[in-house]
Amino acid sequence: MIRFESVTKKYPDGTVAVDHLDLVAPSGQITVLVGPSGCGKTTSLRMINRMIDPSSGRIWLDDRDTAKGRPSQLRRGIGYVIQHAGLFPHRTVIDNVATVPLLLGTGRREARAQALELLERVGLPANFADRYPAQLSGGQQQRVGVARALAADPPVMLMDEPFSAVDPVVRAQLQEEFLRLQGELGKTIVFVTHDIDEAIKLGDQVAVMRVGGTLAQLATPAELLSRPADAFVAGFVGRDRGYRALGFAEAGELPLTDEPVVRLGEELSTACDRARDGWTLVVDAESQPQGWLGVRGLAVDAQRGSVTPELLNLGGTLATESGTLREALDAALSSPSGRGVIVHEGGSFAGTVTASEVLARIEARAAGVRHEAESYTADVLAGGSTHNAGSTHNAGAAP
Amino acid sequence: MSELWNYLRANQSDIARWTWTTVWLAGGALVAGLIIALPLGWLANRYRWTYPPLVTLAGLIYTIPSIVLFVTMPGVLGTKVLDPINVGVALTAYTVALMVRVVADGLSSVSGDTLAAAAAMGYTGRQRLFAVQLPISIPVIGAGLRVAAVSNVSLVSVASLVGVEQLGALFVRGSEQGALVPIVLGVIIVMVLAFAFDAVILIGVRLLTPWQRAVRAR
Repeated sequence: MIRFESVTKKYPDGTVAVDHLDLVAPSGQITVLVGPSGCGKTTSLRMINRMIDPSSGRIWLDDRDTAKGRPSQLRRGIGYVIQHAGLFPHRTVIDNVATVPLLLGTGRREARAQALELLERVGLPANFADRYPAQLSGGQQQRVGVARALAADPPVMLMDEPFSAVDPVVRAQLQEEFLRLQGELGKTIVFVTHDIDEAIKLGDQVAVMRVGGTLAQLATPAELLSRPADAFVAGFVGRDRGYRALGFAEAGELPLTDEPVVRLGEELSTACDRARDGWTLVVDAESQPQGWLGVRGLAVDAQRGSVTPELLNLGGTLATESGTLREALDAALSSPSGRGVIVHEGGSFAGTVTASEVLARIEARAAGVRHEAESYTADVLAGGSTHNAGSTHNAGAAP
Repeated sequence: MSELWNYLRANQSDIARWTWTTVWLAGGALVAGLIIALPLGWLANRYRWTYPPLVTLAGLIYTIPSIVLFVTMPGVLGTKVLDPINVGVALTAYTVALMVRVVADGLSSVSGDTLAAAAAMGYTGRQRLFAVQLPISIPVIGAGLRVAAVSNVSLVSVASLVGVEQLGALFVRGSEQGALVPIVLGVIIVMVLAFAFDAVILIGVRLLTPWQRAVRAR
């Protein structure tokens, strides 16, 4: 656990970067600090490992005051991933990864063996070990950066906009893998980003900070979308909040409709016979949906051939049975036939659902949420505690 | 051509001795100058306010004509007038003058991200300097060293005017005797020496920076 206790950073010129920040980053969870430039998020992060020293206040790492002891010792126990990876250009990938174990006195052979394992863990092939950072792409460098931060197996990781310098496709990939890795490792992570979508995607809890270095709201992503604390947070979280919030609502058991399908390679005439409203769903040999075939547009002489991938409309997205309402609604909205395709966990076809069916589910859920919100408002009016957990003090940890 | 060869054969032992003196004066000054310039360059980079005065001072030293420096050295150091140490110290001063700026710029060429990462990994300030900052500066420092080496080799010959015998003696002889042969021979040997110094530094830099080759090969 990392705990900020009324932490302030004031520079000699009078600028206040962070102002009496109280915040708890719970063990084993991802806490995302997000906010516009100048909100003090990076300063806050860097005060944890004393890259920047606070002007006042304390930061606790479990029951240890970070201000005590040597900064270099503190930092060797905290993983750090920096924006542009910040790899050492003069060292091979494997030596970059082995940096902290070597500093801690691990033998070179052992450190390298560990580093090799870690490379695999972050999805880099072993033959990258002897390359130099400049020979890697930005995304690959960032993977090495993550491996380097993990090398000494620190319980705490600090990540400073680690995925912001790579292109969107690679970023999404890195985010997915980061979540998978965290699922395995369960580190206490503080993650800084200016991208609210990234914050919502990655955070177990999200701390929205405002310019001047104060905490605007600390909440789970779903809460942030559905109950922004004030106009600033609402504005920062941005548009489509309602739609995006559906991404945190499990779809539950949707009323699936079975659908006659054809396999790739079957006769086109069969596909025409099975079409509903002019569209037939095409699957492969494993029953995995491949796309929709629009039979009305087919020329008469083309109907003698067989179903090939080139004929398919690929516009529809797929939603999994255990997915969210957002996925299900998107599947329905994006489908050319108007029927959203739902698949089993393994990817095989489960059934279809229409937008109105998903909406009915959303309405039902919203009614439940409204009910809850009414009791919440009643709580607040009655002077009950709010959901801002940042101000909780753990008396037992005070010196 | 054969005249040059004959002259070389006839004065073999003198020329060998002079070449050796030139090598150790220029090379010794280069090494000593680098050793002194490293902490000064570090200072200029670490505390930026020291950069302008240090670099300006270095520039001023470099503009002092070498003959003046050679002549005043005995007064400054309390050495004998004909002592080759005078020349060595003067050349060291030139090397320092050239290298202070190079070292400071080399150290500051290391990216802020790399330095921040090094600090965050838990390097102490000193470890960071020797394990990260200095190795990454080697290409820049090496390039400056090549300039200083060539400059030293050619400056040594001026020392003949203050009576320290080295390859410059060939030029003095040539002008005294009105003969072209020793002068041409002297120029050739000085050039070969300069190339040799350059090559040694270049090879050293290459051996120390395998990562640079990897980057270029990309």
